[in-house]
Amino acid sequence: MKRTIITVVGKDTVGIIAKVCTYLANNRINILDISQTIVQGYFTMMMIVDLQSSEKSFDTVSDELEQIGEEIGVVVKCQREEIFDSMHRI
Amino acid sequence: MININEVVETNQMIEKENLDVRTITLGISLLDCADSDLDKLCEKVYTKITTVAKDLVKTGREIEKKYAIPIVNKRISVTPIALVGGSACKTSDDFVKIAKTLDEAAKKVGVNFLGGYSALVAKGMTKADELLIRSIPKALASTDIVCSSINLGSTKTGINMDAVRLMGEIIKQTAELTKENDSLGCAKLVVFCNAPDDNPFMAGAFHGVTEADAVINVGVSGPGVVKTALESVRGESFEVLGETIKKTAFKITRVGQLVAKEASKKLGIPFGIIDLSLAPTPAIGDSVADILCEMGLDHAGAPGTTAALAMLNDQVKKGGIMASSYVGGLSGAFIPVSEDQGMIDAVNAGSLTLEKLEAMTCVCSVGLDMIAIPGDTKATTISGIIADEMAIGMVNQKTTAVRLIPAVGKDVGDTVEFGGLLGRAPIMPVNNFSCDAFVGRVGRIPAPIHSFKN
Repeated sequence: MKRTIITVVGKDTVGIIAKVCTYLANNRINILDISQTIVQGYFTMMMIVDLQSSEKSFDTVSDELEQIGEEIGVVVKCQREEIFDSMHRI
Repeated sequence: MININEVVETNQMIEKENLDVRTITLGISLLDCADSDLDKLCEKVYTKITTVAKDLVKTGREIEKKYAIPIVNKRISVTPIALVGGSACKTSDDFVKIAKTLDEAAKKVGVNFLGGYSALVAKGMTKADELLIRSIPKALASTDIVCSSINLGSTKTGINMDAVRLMGEIIKQTAELTKENDSLGCAKLVVFCNAPDDNPFMAGAFHGVTEADAVINVGVSGPGVVKTALESVRGESFEVLGETIKKTAFKITRVGQLVAKEASKKLGIPFGIIDLSLAPTPAIGDSVADILCEMGLDHAGAPGTTAALAMLNDQVKKGGIMASSYVGGLSGAFIPVSEDQGMIDAVNAGSLTLEKLEAMTCVCSVGLDMIAIPGDTKATTISGIIADEMAIGMVNQKTTAVRLIPAVGKDVGDTVEFGGLLGRAPIMPVNNFSCDAFVGRVGRIPAPIHSFKN
């Protein structure tokens, strides 16, 4: 299964998770894991999602999430999981 | 499953510490383009490059998007042109025509540089080799993104001193013909001892004759990542220092391996090698000199620099080797002056001299790189510097290179500005005692003995 990692970084504010999750639900993107932390004072959230049942391509989802991020003043980034696997798993 | 700390670490490397894939270089063999008719040859060369490399830039961008990692350069290397143009070119101007064709083809596919305007003359020069070498000043002045490299020696054959002498003059002429742009032509010209066939980095990339028809080579980078990792082990032992460098190099290389595999699959072209190099850029925080400082030196060039660099270079290789299935190219820490802000600072502070840089090249890749020297430096002095550097490579069985810029009209105290990845360089003083009689001797320096090592 090819998974995608979504990261959200920015100033903490009401409704960040709601906004992102609504978008994912509307596009039939399943969330497999979700966690959050504070890094150097910034709200940081990571989601592992599965794009398989979505009709939208990775590129489209990536662009649209970036757009949503801009609207709420956070940085949203989509990356395929392989880059993290390569770097952190032997 | 991947956890949030790992994700944060990777993204921090990319966003804050300048982690990038420095280059995807597509090697293309032009041997099948050889023809005795120059026009036909140029047409075949243009067609082959624009066909094989047509999707290179697009594919690079797709991979960038997929993993959100910058791929700074997309480049092409080709078979040394002296071999391809041998039967068609009767004059140096004929070779310049091929250079222009390469320039057009490279621009058509949108790559940053094309390397391979080269000749391999470690033992002797053919007529074609000499014509190509003599065409270099004009070729580099009349093209924008073509890079040239000449292999002047090897551990197995010795050093071709006739070619070394000639290159001193060619470098001067190249500087003269591009003097309007701070002698920029010389930044696109490098001479080697033991040149690798699969180097993805410019200006020295060419597609060796032992290579397949087309191949993908990837150069990774990340001095900033190593520097940041070392900040957390200040004052620790050499063991801890070495382990930290190794682990970091492993991570950096794995990203390169991923990108190389992906590019190879998408383009349908076999994966060749990963070049494990710490390649600095003029960007703040992307400096090999800064790593040396972090290891405990006041400035690059201080006593201890060669030892620190030797350790850095070795640990980078040890970490990287395990991360990739095939390693090749130059693989080591680069120490160019103009492309590394920390090196520039060290020169300006009076800590780093040409002689110390020469010592440093004994323990790392690649050589005297991107060093600006006074414009009135004699051709024989340049040849002498080249001969010294070639000797280091020959005896130590390693690749060494020289890329000097005798900046026309400039002297010590002045600076040359190239912009972009090539950066800027303060003019460094050169030892001007004559070596005319030595360089003036004809023939070659014999290959060194491979036994009785002391």
